[in-house]
Order: sequence, then structure tokens, then C-alpha cells
Amino acid sequence: MIDWWLILDKVILIVVIFVVSLAIAAYSTYGERKIAAVIQDRIGPDRAGPWGILQPLADGGKFFLKEDITPKDADKFLFILGPSLFILTALMTSAIIPWGKSFYFGDHEFSLQVANLNVGILYLLAVVSIGGYGIMIGGWASNNKFALLGALRASSQMISYEVPMGMAIISIILMSNSLNLREIVDMQQGFHWNVFYQPLGFLIFLICAFAECNRAPFDLPESESELIGGYHTEYSSMKLGFFLFAEYINMFISSAIISCLFFGGYHFPGLDSLNMSPNIAAIVSICVLFGKIFFFIFFFMWVRWTLPRFRYDQLMRLGWKVLIPLSIFNVLATGAWLTFVK
Amino acid sequence: MQLTNRSKVASVKTLNWVEQLYLPAIIKGMIITFSHIFRKKATVRYPEQKRPIANIYRGLHVLKRDEEGRENCTACGLCAVACPAEAITMEAAERKKGEEHLYREEKYAAMYEINMLRCIFCGLCEEACPKDAIYLTDRILPSNYARNRFIYGKDLLVEGTTPETRIDISGRKKDYEMNV
Repeated sequence: MIDWWLILDKVILIVVIFVVSLAIAAYSTYGERKIAAVIQDRIGPDRAGPWGILQPLADGGKFFLKEDITPKDADKFLFILGPSLFILTALMTSAIIPWGKSFYFGDHEFSLQVANLNVGILYLLAVVSIGGYGIMIGGWASNNKFALLGALRASSQMISYEVPMGMAIISIILMSNSLNLREIVDMQQGFHWNVFYQPLGFLIFLICAFAECNRAPFDLPESESELIGGYHTEYSSMKLGFFLFAEYINMFISSAIISCLFFGGYHFPGLDSLNMSPNIAAIVSICVLFGKIFFFIFFFMWVRWTLPRFRYDQLMRLGWKVLIPLSIFNVLATGAWLTFVK
Repeated sequence: MQLTNRSKVASVKTLNWVEQLYLPAIIKGMIITFSHIFRKKATVRYPEQKRPIANIYRGLHVLKRDEEGRENCTACGLCAVACPAEAITMEAAERKKGEEHLYREEKYAAMYEINMLRCIFCGLCEEACPKDAIYLTDRILPSNYARNRFIYGKDLLVEGTTPETRIDISGRKKDYEMNV
């Protein structure tokens, strides 16, 4: 028998998360420009609406009205597939994130997680890897040397940094004995945040998250000054918008995942002892998680406007010669600690 | 010989292992960028907010009228001669009977044009003028879409007759002129 309530729940949740992801991605562009401005002693966009808060709408409208150019020698099908795949995978990763505690309507439980997969983290890694194909296909299909170079850089960077990222996650899995994201989050209840037990793992994961999101200082795939935008050189109109949007969605999702894996997700010390009714507790937990997410989005931007871009050999050296040995050491140390000490 | 205390000895020493971690340097840099968030912003929101302009600023020209609202310019052509960019063109005409309230002297400029794309805003026209007719003001030349709209005729150059449309140039007058 089909559980219609479950399907209704999930459809509502998916639509809400979809809209919220897009809204946050749109307003991240505004936040990015504002933060860039204040860090550089400027004011930033302030013309569209009060304090410029309509700026993302203007930018989005502009993307829709721009001429949509497909280069003559481009592979038409792959040229469209690239950005579509990229934004699809970016949105898909939000499925496993536990956004908060469950709501209760009478006996009916409304879970704030689209799919409570028991292999949640593996799903995450798998989907993120597919995202790399979006960039590669887009860069290849453009039939442009800069786009191809950008795509090559992106793919090798993503492959290199997925290894230490996976290793950092392994140490978390060792500690929690679970691949399920909700269980990992609930394990950190109170103030037992993983970041205190796995500071090295957190650092490695954070660096890899920057690299996976193609954010500065790892934005070599799209370095404007050398590659004229890299893999999206030939893209225009909303296809370009998809690429840029997906990047901000990726940033939002990685912030959410960092919060869930290392900063206790929707838990905050002291909140559980307040004895709130379940629905209010759920709302508070959503706010807590989003507070952490917004902090990390700010952190991403803060780093971007502080650090210069890596050189390509430095990037590879950091990935293979520093992060991978460190992450292996971290896994071994965690395992040894769990086996002999605990 | 050391001239200032600002010179620094350049060093090419290799980094020690703490420096090779880069993390202390990164944190230091991030503290610096964070502190800039609270600094005073350098931006001037231009149309609403304007930078203070010095009295001697040489901006858009004005053709002055006297106290009774008559044009000062007599189309003598000295400004056009003085102009190093050859931006000024004019045609003279003789004042007819009944036009005494319009023009101060018997001769006036029927056509007076400044090509603002040629003008270098040096202010030599103002210095050359014996009739106190042309002044540079603190107004800024607005941008435009067409080149021919940068040729300013009398409609744009001559100030109005009502007190509100008068252009104040008292800041530009030199002390000895004010005393006259």
C-alpha cells in the first residue's frame, strides 16, 4: 500500500528546499558582493531597492534576457547537458541533509529530511562526483581552449581533493559508527561537536570543501584573469546562470554539510534542556542549523576576499603531498584511539 | 647613504616549518580583512552625495548676465583666441533698438558654442574675458550618448535671469576683482 502521507510530506519538503536553495543561492551573490565591498572599504550594490536587496532579482532577470549563444562548433546536446547536470547534482545533494528536528501534527511525524538514507554520506560523495561531469562536459562541449583548460583543471582538482575529503569523512564515520547523516548529527548532541574531537579532520574537510566548490583560493578552473572564466567561457544567458547558480548552491550545501558533520547540525548546547514543545523545538533547530550555515557561507566569502589564488602545481602539491598523508594519518590516529584508548 | 628609515632589508631566507603551514599567516590575513569591515567606507554615493569641490575648480562654463539680467558677452572673440584647444566659436551681431534689456553693450554674441569634447577646462577663456562674461563653475559636465550633444550653445551656457537660475561664481572671482 502506498503511504500517501509520506509522499505528500516529501513533495512539500522537496519544493520548500528547492525554493530555499535557489533563494539562498541568489542572495549569496548579493552577500558575496556586499562582503567583497565592505572588506575592500566600499559599500557594494545599493541601488536596486533599499540597500540593494533587489539586486539578485535584477541579475537573474538580466540572465534571462541575455542572448543565448551556442558556439558554431560546439556539441549542441552536451553544451546543454553540462550546466543542467551541474545544477541538478548541486540540488540533489540537499536531499540527505537533516534540516531540523521533526514536526508533529497529532500522531503524524513530519520529518525535515527528504531521504534518511543509511548510506547518506556515500550518496553525498557519489552525487558530488557526478557534479564534476557537469563541468567537464560543459568545458569539453564548448570547443574552446580556455574552456577545455578550465574543465581539465576542475576535473583533476576535484579528483585530487575528493580523496582527502573522503578520508576526513572516514574518521567521522569511525567515531559515529554510522553512515547515516541524522545519526551523525544526533551523536553530537550537547556540546560533543566533532570539531573538538577531529580538528585535523575538520581542517582537511574544510580545505577540500573549498576545492570542491571551486572557491578561492582554489578557483583555478574559472580564474577570470587567466582563463576568462574557464569552463564557462563560451556560455551565456541562463546556461551561464546555471553554472554560477550551481556554484552558490554547492557552497550552501557544503556549509550545511560542514555544520552537520562537525558542528552538531541542528543541535546547540543547552537547547535540549529547555523542554520546548516538539514543534517549537523543530523551528528553533532549523534556525540553529541555518545560523551555522550562514556563518560558513560568510566564512567562504571571507576567505575568498582574503587569499590569493593558488598556482596549479601548488594546488596539486597541497592535495597529494600534504592533505592525503595528513588525512591517512588522521584515520589511523582515530582508529588507534578508538581501539586502544576508548 | 641611508636617506629614510622606511627602507627594509630584503630577505630570501627559507620558511621555517611553522611558516610553511601557512595557517598563522592565513589567520592573520583574515583578521586584517575582517577589521576592514568596520572601517569607514571610501565610497561617495555620487548623485546624492558630492565630494567637496575647491573654489578654484574648473568645471562647466557659464555665460554671465549683469544685475539687470543683460548678457555681458560682447562677442569680442578674445576667449576664442585664448583658447588653446580651439573649442570656442562665436558669431557677433549688433544690438537692435528695443533689445537694450537683453544685451549690455551694442554688440553681442548671436551664436556662441563651446565644443566640450575639445575643451580642456584650462580656464584661459575666463582669464582672457574683459567683460566678466565667461566663467568656469563647480558644475560637472554631464555625460551624453551623442558626440554632437557635447557642442554647447547659448541655450546651455547662458545663465537664467531669475535668482534661482543664476549661477554663483563668487568663489572663482579673485580678490582684486571682488573689490572693484
